[in-house]
Amino acid sequence: MSATAAHAAAKGGAASAAAAPLLEIEDLHVTVGGQAVLRGVSLEVHAGEVHAIMGPNGSGKSTLAHVLTGRPGYEIVSGSVRFQGRDLLDLAPEQRARAGLFLGFQYPVEIPGVNNAYLLKAALNAARRERGQSELDAFDFLALVREKMQLMRMDESFLSRGVNEGFSGGERKRNEILQMLVLEPTLALLDETDSGLDIDALKLVAHGIDTLRAPSRAIVLVTHYQRLLDYIVPDQVHVLAQGRIVRSGDRTLALELERRGYDWVSTGEAR
Amino acid sequence: MSRNRAGMEDIDSLLGRSYRHGFVTDIDADTVPPGLDESVVRLISRKKGEPEFLLEWRLRALRHWQKMREPHWGQLCYGPIDYQAISYYSAPKQKTDGPKSLEEVDPKLLATYDKLGVPLHERARLAGVAVDAVFDSVSVATTFKERLAAAGVIFCSFSEAVQKHPALVEQYLGTVVPYADNFFATLNSAVFTDGSFVYVPRGVRCPMELSTYFRINAINTGQFERTLIIADTDSYVSYLEGCSAPQRDENQLHAAVVELVALDNAQIKYSTVQNWYPGDEQGRGGIYNFVTKRGDCRGRNSRISWTQVETGSAITWKYPSCLLRGEGSIGEFYSVATTNNYQQADTGTKMVHIGANTRSTIISKGISAGHGQNAYRGLVKIMPTAVGARNFTQCDSLLIGKECGAHTFPYIETRNPTATVEHEASTSRISEDQLFYCLQRGIDTEDAVNMIVSGFCRPVFKELPMEFAVEAQNLLAVSLEGAVG
Repeated sequence: MSATAAHAAAKGGAASAAAAPLLEIEDLHVTVGGQAVLRGVSLEVHAGEVHAIMGPNGSGKSTLAHVLTGRPGYEIVSGSVRFQGRDLLDLAPEQRARAGLFLGFQYPVEIPGVNNAYLLKAALNAARRERGQSELDAFDFLALVREKMQLMRMDESFLSRGVNEGFSGGERKRNEILQMLVLEPTLALLDETDSGLDIDALKLVAHGIDTLRAPSRAIVLVTHYQRLLDYIVPDQVHVLAQGRIVRSGDRTLALELERRGYDWVSTGEAR
Repeated sequence: MSRNRAGMEDIDSLLGRSYRHGFVTDIDADTVPPGLDESVVRLISRKKGEPEFLLEWRLRALRHWQKMREPHWGQLCYGPIDYQAISYYSAPKQKTDGPKSLEEVDPKLLATYDKLGVPLHERARLAGVAVDAVFDSVSVATTFKERLAAAGVIFCSFSEAVQKHPALVEQYLGTVVPYADNFFATLNSAVFTDGSFVYVPRGVRCPMELSTYFRINAINTGQFERTLIIADTDSYVSYLEGCSAPQRDENQLHAAVVELVALDNAQIKYSTVQNWYPGDEQGRGGIYNFVTKRGDCRGRNSRISWTQVETGSAITWKYPSCLLRGEGSIGEFYSVATTNNYQQADTGTKMVHIGANTRSTIISKGISAGHGQNAYRGLVKIMPTAVGARNFTQCDSLLIGKECGAHTFPYIETRNPTATVEHEASTSRISEDQLFYCLQRGIDTEDAVNMIVSGFCRPVFKELPMEFAVEAQNLLAVSLEGAVG
């Protein structure tokens, strides 16, 4: 099956073919310090879908997530990205976030002295203001966060700790998912959220992600391994290699990759 | 660069918000002509109707000062100060000799304090803060005198203390910072015009936060205030000073002295939020802040804590220190100093361990932005008598932008082998990762920077009285506007 065929199949399946895509990446070329890292990526994600982007180290997976969210340091050479019909690349990072784009970081950074509750409340209220909603007061905010924390089996004391301060790798990833559940983004990009998790934590994180699935939202999972996909079944799987999507398919592609390794796609053999 | 830079670039434009306390109050002032000699000192003393001992003390200081030279060991760079071009006394003119109550205070003055957010009236009652406000050289109002008097606490202007409690003044003045201590303290001793005085009697826990608000208003004047706080045996007091000055192109000199005395089991918490005019973006104008602050833990198990948030002044030169004399006494220094544009700060502390089992803690957070230069200078001295003394020092610098500087000068002198001295230091830049993390959560650049910087300063802010912690955080945000690159 070609990439185009997979797109068409997905369009007819999970989302209605008539609706415009939530995210539309067209022939995106990106360099870092003169080096080409994305070399013509095209991708459509519709509301209601879950996509998985897989690929070997250095294939450009994280770059794609960073470029979409507006991290500095990348040069966009050509191509376009539309999000909900708007030119995404024209928006500042915080505007993209408020428009409903969320990145679950691969390495969430520590911000000492700033407590989790404070950051999360500021983030939520920024998004609410953008949507023309009133800001949540401390009481309603706490009620909301406690409910989500229960889902992620996180302890109350977490709220008063510094953002990721002294957190284990697993705690950081759970924190990312908690933030996602509170912010309820329209499109969640999760960059290797499964890496460094033991099996219990993986199930918890997968359950959290699954909770967010809704007809109005989409999720893009960036991952090395297919084990997360045992818990969250994607509508489409894409293989990124050397800055291009070299193959797309349904979840059986992930299983095949697991069996045959990335060499199979990166050497071009699979095409 | 790509369009992805959009959000980060406006960091550069954030730094330039201007000083909000830069207004001038148009008020009739009684100002002596510039210049300093014996006649000026005698005039100040006469205007204040001082007893002989004080005049003599001032004159001894003046004669000593005339033989001294301005110190230049600080990591500071400024042109010569013409001490003969400064007027050493300026007072708002009063219809009567001095205000007896708030009703007698010039409404324009009260409006000034209102603009500054000093709660002189009902708001003060709500906040539970007693305020002594010093305008240029004289103290204009002290609130809550009665409630404090009922507790036996004396809180008044220095001038009033000289009149009403001369014995206490004579007993303690200059016993922590002697008149010959250093160039600026000696100058202050000769010409100080007002300040605050606090005496907390034995066994009394001061029922409210005490606060002084200093403001320099008149042009070409220096402000030389002197504060003396005595906490008698088993007493406690928390004191806060705030400062501001109008925006002017000339530099103005501020050389204050603060002396604290803590007797057996007494505790003094002294907090400063210093927001003198810092000068403009090109480094024109601003206050030269040369201040000597020292606390004497004279009694057993006494404790003195200095907490300072220094956001203003063109030049800051101050080292709030503790003499840990009493056995088991504790000294603490918590400091946030920010320098933006062309501000320079050389600040830190001295902890002198004299008594056995004395302890000290130093937490210093320096933030440099723009072309700001920020130096921490600290001395930990363990005397042979200080058996079992302990010190912990943590000294962190945060750099915002590429033109600023951070410097650390820790001096450690240990003359007792049983002492433990720890020193930790770090210098870091505001990280792009932290910034981007916040932006990705929908928080704009300015709020994100404030959040990260506040987090950095949190160990110090949590030492401030609650109502001032918020003010300090806001002040920090204002002083760093436009600082991030």
